[in-house]
Amino acid sequence: MAINTACNELGQIWMESGVSENAVSGHIQLIIPGETACFACAPPLVVAANIDEKTLKKDGVCAASLPTTMGVVAGILVQNVLKYLLKFGTVSYYLGYNAMQDFFPTMHMKANSQCNDRYCRIQQEAYKKREAERPKVEVVEVEEEEVVHEDNDWGIELVSEVTDAELQAASGTVPDLPEGITVAYTIPTQESPRGDMVEETEQSLEELMAQMRKL
Amino acid sequence: MSDEATRRAVSQIPLLKTPAGPRDRALWPQRLKEEYQALIRFVEQNKAADNDWFRLESNADGTRWTGTCWFIHELMRYEFRLEFDIPVTYPDTAPEVAIPELDGKTAKMYRGGRICLTDHFAPLWARNAPRFGLAHLMALGLGPWLAVEVPDLIGKGLVLHKERQRDEAAE
Repeated sequence: MAINTACNELGQIWMESGVSENAVSGHIQLIIPGETACFACAPPLVVAANIDEKTLKKDGVCAASLPTTMGVVAGILVQNVLKYLLKFGTVSYYLGYNAMQDFFPTMHMKANSQCNDRYCRIQQEAYKKREAERPKVEVVEVEEEEVVHEDNDWGIELVSEVTDAELQAASGTVPDLPEGITVAYTIPTQESPRGDMVEETEQSLEELMAQMRKL
Repeated sequence: MSDEATRRAVSQIPLLKTPAGPRDRALWPQRLKEEYQALIRFVEQNKAADNDWFRLESNADGTRWTGTCWFIHELMRYEFRLEFDIPVTYPDTAPEVAIPELDGKTAKMYRGGRICLTDHFAPLWARNAPRFGLAHLMALGLGPWLAVEVPDLIGKGLVLHKERQRDEAAE
């Protein structure tokens, strides 16, 4: 997250990658501040694992090897970087890797206009201005990725212990994702704090620190 | 959340008002005050419930925190020192609490002693940031971790009570 914040502030284009702890999935992502979704724009994405429960000897633990999956994802990441720098092939905005079925979902997630990160939003404004000033260019390539809409349907949940109604209320904005990719969790939209807040106090920071020490 | 008692304890901790991280020169001192207030309140609540289990204090600008936590197991008290830094992207990212003296003794710990929290923690923190603060981190992160790990470590003989350590050293 720290790198994400720094890149948003600097307008630095970067790529990130990750591998799931159980080594059955991974992904790489190209992040262009203001244009594509930054790390904070949406909750962490999860590439569907499709683990067949019957093949697991221990609870939820699969025999997959973490260094192997990391090697695969590292290779894909470097490949994407080379394509970007040396301008060959098609650079993927997001490429997921489902090791169980060798499924590679791809997509292009646009930035979230309500992203938590202030600089992401600033970059988005700058991007919109740049796009408006640029002359129209004929787009020849076919977009394989799905178009993302902000106003929507509630994404696909992996595991849910709450009822559907509660889930809908608690979900908030979820990006429209292609098959095989979900969000790790959702963030509810309502702002109402459900507890007491700290009160106003006359004490200074030093007094509070001293109070703490005396406890 | 998995535990009713944890849920109750957390709901009594006051939420924080100022969404500021250590890089916000103007608002961080205010946030720090609120952190202290919430922590003091939480410790007082713990004392009242006869469940006082940690102390924390910070450096002058509140970016590095150290303290102790303890756990009572079979009438014996086991104490551990803990520490953490406030990350740059706080309060959106939670600090990583570390117990250096347990480094290497349990699988539920990253190198350097940073405790490994369950899958429940990250979504919970994300949903409630920035209203959650260090008191919530203690209640939801470190507390449950100690409750699960310490009895296990004691059972495996990886953690000895200080008295027994002294006896062994004397022999």
